[in-house]
Amino acid sequence: MSLRKVLAIARKELRQASRDPLSLAMLLGVPTMMLLLYGFALNFDVRHIRLAVQDRDRTPQSRELVAAFVNSRYFDLVADLAAGAELERVTQTREARAILVLPEGYGRELIARRESPVQLVLDGADSNTASTILNYANAIVSDQNATLMQAALGTRQGPALDLAPRVLYNPELESTQFLVPGLIGFILMLTAVLSTAMSIVREKERGTMEQLRVTSLRPGELIAGKTIPYLGISLTATAIILAAARALFGVSVRGPYLDLFIATLVYLIGALGFGLLVSSFSDTQALAFQAGSVLSMLPALFLSGFIFPIRAMPEVLQWITYAVPARYFNVILRGVILKGVGLGPYLQDLAFLVLYAAVVLGVAYARLRRREA
Amino acid sequence: MSSAVEVSELTKRFGAFTSVDAISLTVEEGEVFGLLGSNGAGKSTTIRMLCGLLTPSAGRASVLGIDVARQPEEVKRRIGYMTQRFSLYEDLSVAQNLEFFGGVYGLHGERFEERRAWATKMAGLEGKQDRLTRALPGGWKQRLALACAVMHGPRVVFLDEPTGGVDPLSRRRFWALIDQMSAEGVTIIVTTHYLDEAERCDRIALMHLGRLVALGTVPALKDVFAGRALLEVACPRFLEAQERLEGEGFVLEASLFGTRLHLVVADAEEGRRRTLEILQADANVPASVERVVPSLEDVFIHCIEKEDAARSVTAVQA
Repeated sequence: MSLRKVLAIARKELRQASRDPLSLAMLLGVPTMMLLLYGFALNFDVRHIRLAVQDRDRTPQSRELVAAFVNSRYFDLVADLAAGAELERVTQTREARAILVLPEGYGRELIARRESPVQLVLDGADSNTASTILNYANAIVSDQNATLMQAALGTRQGPALDLAPRVLYNPELESTQFLVPGLIGFILMLTAVLSTAMSIVREKERGTMEQLRVTSLRPGELIAGKTIPYLGISLTATAIILAAARALFGVSVRGPYLDLFIATLVYLIGALGFGLLVSSFSDTQALAFQAGSVLSMLPALFLSGFIFPIRAMPEVLQWITYAVPARYFNVILRGVILKGVGLGPYLQDLAFLVLYAAVVLGVAYARLRRREA
Repeated sequence: MSSAVEVSELTKRFGAFTSVDAISLTVEEGEVFGLLGSNGAGKSTTIRMLCGLLTPSAGRASVLGIDVARQPEEVKRRIGYMTQRFSLYEDLSVAQNLEFFGGVYGLHGERFEERRAWATKMAGLEGKQDRLTRALPGGWKQRLALACAVMHGPRVVFLDEPTGGVDPLSRRRFWALIDQMSAEGVTIIVTTHYLDEAERCDRIALMHLGRLVALGTVPALKDVFAGRALLEVACPRFLEAQERLEGEGFVLEASLFGTRLHLVVADAEEGRRRTLEILQADANVPASVERVVPSLEDVFIHCIEKEDAARSVTAVQA
């Protein structure tokens, strides 16, 4: 392998990239834009839930429960419904996402120390939000229960069991903290795969690939020359994303940067290798773009644990996730960025990334070589 | 003088289709060798095998004594190759294209500078080094493509329809470059379907449906008409005349050339007289019959018709 030939290709790629400022801006800017879009849009935190209340009891006890909901900060009281109001209309018009119904005699039953049911009507059209609201409501009600029991028992002693949670790394349980590392893995996979795949297929389309094949360039030289510039561009994009994540979402890297760099480098080499592989199967830029985006985006989005927990998947899908490099990268990134640890605990994940890169590059090499004949 | 290219029974099949059918030829060092034929005749496939881009299905071929099937990389190192598509990077400048191709051929230092200066001068691109390739006229791109293909100073250069889509003046200039390289001892194998270009080759080979149907110098090929004469017939109903004359015993061959008819006859005077008689009898007038010097086109049509006739005989026998 001749370093000089590799550099000749790398220099040419960079020159072409700089000649095409739009594409370069896309490579560097689109990741940040995606971070912005996904970061704000993919917010699983549910706050300011519009709550309507139908208090048919109107006792101090009923007002206390309503106050507990409002004081929780999760709910905004938007309507006080009269008794006999049509509840479903409220959810149909989306005036409120949830309706708390306190029946007549709620307070009386409580004082009599009997079970006193309250009703929560939920808009289940968006099942994710609905289940989050249900969790909040459950927590508030059981809190309230504990207080009432205490009062009823007349003791100063608390309930028998009291869970005292302490959430590490992301104490506020903000979903952006957890999503940003996954987003970085997803975005890098997409841009790295597309940039290499497109750059090779463009040469095929324009006929320059044949000219390269007759220059006695070795496949290894071509692969190295093609990947090195995009590795540089992708690493720059990573730095921009990290800066943006810090500025926009307050997500800062708590662990060592060197470890982050190593993991990203290995991940990117695998992604670029996958781009090469895609290019060896497609002869037009249109096909390369479609195949490249679908094959890189979907696994990184759905099979990486980025949004959907891998353990909750059917077993077959869980097996497939072992071949998705974003899966390992996410684990490492969450560790380094959120937990502030180094690569130490994640050597196995790193090994899988190395294995992925080696396999993908090996197959791409074999395919390029075969076409030489 | 030794042979730059030796081809023996070279064959390339794509599935059931035989693109190149057992061709044999030899190209001497320093020769300008033309490969002619219509589209699909197998010219490009032959060139691509000789460049080590395609593996032959059967037969042997060697370039500068190196077997193209066994050591394609060694062959590639020693040859230049340019196609009709002028495989340049349009978004790079003239100098950057030269630098890139010099780089992938492993040139560097003084040798690189020397070759770049030579290539720039040869292609007549001095002072245009910083122009974007995309903005160059077709003829310039073509010369730049040639310059890039020979940056490493190959001894054998393959040109696959290098003058396609270029204006006549640029073609002339390009051929001057070919002659210049040939004078420096470089062997050139060029495919074309321009017959005026073919006339400029030292020797030509005509391919038809994958087979080699004629091979030799231009004068030697024209010699197929030796002892016979070629007549050019002009008359109003030329299609009818062709049909009518083909049946006559004194007409050895009759083929259409645009709106005129070319006849091969044994004796010019007798042929002329009898043709005029027939046309006048048919009232296919005004008619004129002139003896003409055979052109390459006549030679090729003659060769191809002979080949087709031979094939249909084989087909009937089979």
